[in-house]
Amino acid sequence: MAAVTADQKTQGTADTADAEHLAAFDAAVAADDRIEPRDWMPEAYRASLVRQMAQHAHSEIIGMQPEANWISRAPSLRRKAILMAKVQDEAGHGLYLYSAAETLGTSREELLDKLHAGRQRYSSIFNYPTLTWADVGAIGWLVDGAAITNQVPLCRCSYGPYARAMIRICKEESFHQRQGYELLLALSRGTSAQHEMAQDAVNRWWWPSLMMFGPPDDSSAHSAQSMAWKIKRHSNDELRRRFVDICVPQAEALGLTLPDPDIRWNEDLGQHDYGAIDWTEFQEVLKGNGPCNEQRLAQRRMAHEEGAWVRDAAAAYADKHAARPGTAGAAAQHVEATA
Amino acid sequence: MSSSTDWPLWEVFVRSRRGLSHTHAGSLHAPDAEMALRNARDLYTRRSEGVSLWVVPSTAITASSPDEKDSFFEPAGDKPYRHPTFYEIPDGVKHL
Repeated sequence: MAAVTADQKTQGTADTADAEHLAAFDAAVAADDRIEPRDWMPEAYRASLVRQMAQHAHSEIIGMQPEANWISRAPSLRRKAILMAKVQDEAGHGLYLYSAAETLGTSREELLDKLHAGRQRYSSIFNYPTLTWADVGAIGWLVDGAAITNQVPLCRCSYGPYARAMIRICKEESFHQRQGYELLLALSRGTSAQHEMAQDAVNRWWWPSLMMFGPPDDSSAHSAQSMAWKIKRHSNDELRRRFVDICVPQAEALGLTLPDPDIRWNEDLGQHDYGAIDWTEFQEVLKGNGPCNEQRLAQRRMAHEEGAWVRDAAAAYADKHAARPGTAGAAAQHVEATA
Repeated sequence: MSSSTDWPLWEVFVRSRRGLSHTHAGSLHAPDAEMALRNARDLYTRRSEGVSLWVVPSTAITASSPDEKDSFFEPAGDKPYRHPTFYEIPDGVKHL
């Protein structure tokens, strides 16, 4: 049975190596060091990151839809240019995050396939419709505001490529939030019909924005482990409360009301209290029963399928030129010459 | 797990202004160098972050192994005399 003994020995050595790797990983996380793509990492850490980063990337590109809905009907050229720049940023954010996720060994194609098959999620917030122009403002102020509150701590996430992508994204999100706030302010100070439109948008987007922080801490499936790994730095409820505290004075300055009669300052806690969130609605939207779940996925699949000929043409062009001698690197030389 | 139908991966380096080196900004997929350059322009310099771009096929990069980082970089570890702070200079001596 020499072979068995040898196998057991190999297994034993592998276990020791894994234990050493795990100790090095734990020490790096504890020391607030970053984990980089080629470092050893626990499989569960890798899987958890892929899940979170994929969901994040998908949210960015699905999030283009509700806003793009208003590009052709923006009320001025200024607003239209701003909205196009914002939607283009969302595409960019998706690409930063897909690239970062791919450093974990998954591929772009696999990520898109899973999105299209409904096997990876995107943020539930994008399953709500943008019914009026004011919704563009409410998304910028509240949805992007909630996203920023969530994302700023992710700039210190333990996984290097994710943290670096988030730094870039957070810098750009700030414009998104401010343009939304400015848009709502213009409506709020406009005619009474415009003011009402702004208030209606805030009424519809407030609660779904609070749900963006995820389920309450005591029922969040991934929170505890993610915090131990320093992927997450703050709990869902902590970030949600921080967001409420930020929004209350901003709403006052807008001259708009947050649709929650239970919001009041809690002197003892030094924070705002707020009303109960309807988690049944959240679960329903998560299950696919939100107002726009089907529409968003169908639109994404259609965009992918209808873009196939462009991808094919670009690949065919690249193949043709690669086959021709002396053309490789021509573009790179051109850049060098102008650097 | 890498897919056969994904376009090749490129690493993007941006020179933020003249006088500075190109710095790694991130990566992207593109069918060829020219498209990689155009995509890099749209992806990494939307806010005038650069005056020059390099795109390099990711497969062309050879990297040191993280598992060997201790032994690989160790030779520099016991040579503090390579740093100016290693040397004690009397107080009052200037321009040194």
